[in-house]
Amino acid sequence: MCPRGIALRQNFFSHYGRQLSTLAGLLGLSLVLWALTPHFLTVSNLLNVAEQATIIAIVAVGMTFVIITAGIDLSVGSVLAFAGVVMATALHRGLPLPVALMVGLGVGLLCGTVNGLLITVGRLPPFIATLGMMSVARGTALMFTEGRPISGFSENFRSLATGEILRVPTPVVIMVFVYAVAYFVLRRTKLGRYTYAIGGNEEAALLSGINVKLYKTMVYALAGMLSGLAAILLTARLNSAQPIAGMNYELDAIAATVIGGTSLLGGEGTVVGTLIGALIMAVLRNGLNLLGVSSFIQQIVIGSVIIAAVLIDMGLKRRGK
Amino acid sequence: MTDAPVLEMRHIRKTFPGVVALDDVGFELRQGEVHILIGENGAGKSTLMKILSGAYQKSAGQIFLDGAEVEIKNPRHAQTLGVGIIYQEFNLIPHLSVGENIFLGREPQRLPGLINQRAIFQAAACVLSSLGVTLDPHRLVKELKVADQQMVEVAKALSLDARILIMDEPTAALTEHEITELFATIRRLKDKGVAIVYISHRMEELFEIGDRVTVLRDGRTVGTYAVRGMSKSELIRLMVNRKLTELFPKERATKGAEILRVEWLSTKGGLKDISFSLHKGEVLGIAGLLGAGRTELARAIFGLDKITSGTIYINGAPQRINSPRRAINSGIGFLTEDRKSQGLVLPLSVKENLCLASVDKFSNWGVMDTGEEQRAAGKYVKDLRIKTPGLDQKVVYLSGGNQQKVVLSKWLCCQSEVFIFDEPTRGVDVGAKAEIYGLMNQLTASGVAIIMISSEMLEVLGMSDRVLVMRAGRITGEFSAEEATQERILQCALEE
Repeated sequence: MCPRGIALRQNFFSHYGRQLSTLAGLLGLSLVLWALTPHFLTVSNLLNVAEQATIIAIVAVGMTFVIITAGIDLSVGSVLAFAGVVMATALHRGLPLPVALMVGLGVGLLCGTVNGLLITVGRLPPFIATLGMMSVARGTALMFTEGRPISGFSENFRSLATGEILRVPTPVVIMVFVYAVAYFVLRRTKLGRYTYAIGGNEEAALLSGINVKLYKTMVYALAGMLSGLAAILLTARLNSAQPIAGMNYELDAIAATVIGGTSLLGGEGTVVGTLIGALIMAVLRNGLNLLGVSSFIQQIVIGSVIIAAVLIDMGLKRRGK
Repeated sequence: MTDAPVLEMRHIRKTFPGVVALDDVGFELRQGEVHILIGENGAGKSTLMKILSGAYQKSAGQIFLDGAEVEIKNPRHAQTLGVGIIYQEFNLIPHLSVGENIFLGREPQRLPGLINQRAIFQAAACVLSSLGVTLDPHRLVKELKVADQQMVEVAKALSLDARILIMDEPTAALTEHEITELFATIRRLKDKGVAIVYISHRMEELFEIGDRVTVLRDGRTVGTYAVRGMSKSELIRLMVNRKLTELFPKERATKGAEILRVEWLSTKGGLKDISFSLHKGEVLGIAGLLGAGRTELARAIFGLDKITSGTIYINGAPQRINSPRRAINSGIGFLTEDRKSQGLVLPLSVKENLCLASVDKFSNWGVMDTGEEQRAAGKYVKDLRIKTPGLDQKVVYLSGGNQQKVVLSKWLCCQSEVFIFDEPTRGVDVGAKAEIYGLMNQLTASGVAIIMISSEMLEVLGMSDRVLVMRAGRITGEFSAEEATQERILQCALEE
C-alpha cells in the first residue's frame, strides 16, 4: 500500500480543490461588496444574508442529490407551495404543531416518491416526470386554496423562522443541521455511496448488484421531503402559506448546485459546494440591493455569474486533466 | 466484365496506439466481381474496409482507383469516388420515409432550403426498380423488415453512383428466403458492373455468391484465391494456420466438485437449450463468433436477461437468479467485456469501486465503516499489485490492466466462487495480459471456477481446461484441452 501521506494529500485536493475555488469566489465577491458598501460586512447583515439563503439552500440539498444521480427535479418549487398550503390548512384545522409539521414533510416526501417511481418504474426521463409534477403540484395547491393565501399562525409555529438559538436565527441553525446530515449521508452512508455510483455509471451500479430503482426513488423522495422542510420555514417566515410560493425555486436551486461544482452529468458533487453556491447567490442579491441596483439589472448580473462560474469550473477541470 | 482492377490497395498499414491492426495488406477488386473477405475476429477485415470507405485513415500504403492513386480523406470523399459501404448496423433514420432516407443530405430542391418531395419519390422509385425491388418509397423505414431496410441502404449507395459496394455481414439478420432475394440483387448489381466486397463468416454463402476470396490473418494478407477449386477445410486452414507464439502461463489446478450446472437454459435474448457444468478449479473457455450468444449466456447466468426455461444449479441446489444481486449472493462475479461502460464507475475512487458490490459487508444500518473498507481495499490493492497513487485515486486515471484488476478485486471482495470473464484481456497491453492470466491461475488454484468468453483463439486454447463452442445461441461443440484445436473450434463456430 502507498504511504499514507501521499494518499491523504491526493484525498485533500481531489475532494476539496473544487470547493476551495468556489469558496475563493464567495470571499472575493464579499470583499468587493465590502469595499463598495461598508454596511455589507456587519454581523446583522451577514446573518440576514444567511437567513435569506436558507430556503434555497435547503431545497438545493435535495437538488444536489438528484443531480449527482444524473437526474433533475423541476418540481421542487411547486412541491414547496403544495406542502405549505396543506400544512397551513392542518394548522388552521387545529392539528397539534408536531403533527402539522409531519404533514408538511409528508406531502413533500409523497410528491418526491411519486417523482421517483415515475422515473424508475415508469422509466420516464427525470426532466419529463418532474416537469409534470411541477404543474400538477402547483395546480393542486391553487385548487386546494382556491388561489388564496392561508395566513395567520401561532407564535409557536412562527418562532421556527423568527426565533434564535444562541443568538443565531433558528432557520440558519436548521440549515446548518441539514447540511451536516447531508454531508454525512453522502460521505459515509450506503445511500450516499450508491447515489454517486448510480450517477457515475448506472449500468456498472446495476451490475454490482445495487437496487438502482430503490435508491433512485429514495433520492427523489428526499428532495421532495426537503421541499416540505423549506415550505415549513417559508410559511413561518411569511406568516402565510401561498399557493404561488416557490416560483422558480427549482432554477435557483439548480444554479446553487451547479455553481457549487456539481456536474449535471452526474457522479460528482458535494453539498459543501452547494452551500457555497447558495451563499454566493444570496450575497450577490444582498449586495446588489444594498448598492441600490435595480432588480432588472440584478437578474442580468446573477445570470452572468452562473454562466461565468460554470465556465471557470469547466476550465479548471480541463486543466486538471 | 473486364479483368482490369477497379481498385487496388497496396502495402496498407494501419496502427492504433500500441497495436498494428494491418501490416502490408494488399487487396485487389475487379469490375463485376463478388470478392469475399474472410478472417477471424480481429484479423483486420473491418479495419481494411473502414480505410476504403474513409472512416479510418491509413498509416501507410497506396490506394488506386482505376489505376490512379487516391487519398481517401473522409466518408463523404469516398462516396464521391464511388465507394459505398453497408454496415451491419444500418445508418437509416427510422422516422423518415424510404425515399427521404435514400436522398438524405442531398435532397433535390426547388428553392434553396425548400425540398422537392415529388422529385425525391420519383428518383427513389427509379433507383429501387433498377434494383428489381418492389418497395414503396413513401413508407417509413421503421415499418420495414430488416431485409427491406438493407435494400434501402443498397439503393442509397447506388443512387450515389457507387461502383464499389462493401457489404459487411449482410446476411447476419436475414431469413433464408431473404438471403435468396439478396443474392439475386447482388447478381443484378454484378451484371451492371458493380464490384462487390463481401465480408462474411458463412462458408456456404461464400461458395454460392463469391468469385474470388481474400484471406486475412493477424492483420496480414494470406492470399487471394479463386473460389472455384477451393474447399472449406482448406480455407479454414488458411484462416487459422499459425503457432502458439504467445506465452500462456497456464497452470492446471485440481478439478474439484461441481459448482455450477446449467440445464436446458433458454432466454428471450436468443439462447436455446444451453446445458453445461462447471467444476471448482476449472477454466471453461467459451468460443464463437461475434453474435453467437456468448455474452447473452453470461448475462443470463448473472440474472440480467430473463430466463424463459431451464435451471441454474449452484453447488447442486437450483437457484432462481433474476437479478444481479441474487447472482452475487449465489457467488457469481461478472467481469464485463466493456470495463469502462459496465464494470467501473469512473469518477469514483479505487476504494469505492472495489467495495461497490459488497457495501453491505462494510455498513451497519446504512452507515459505512470506512476504516474496515479502507483496510479491505488496501489488502486487495497490495495482493493484486494494483498500481495506484492511493486508494482515493479515481479509477478513470488508472491504466487498462489496473482497471481490470480493480474489477477483479470487486468480485474477490464479494467472495465470488464463479467468475465470468467476458473478453478479459481486450484493450490491455501484453504485460498486463500475462498478469491477468497469472491471476486466473491463482483463482483456480484457490478453488474458484472460471467461465472465460474470448474471441482470441490463442487465449481460448492457451487458458481453458475445457472449451465450449457456441453458434446462433446454441452450444455446437465441446472439447477438452487436449482435443481442442483451432480448426475444430472454427469448424463448430462456422458450420450450419
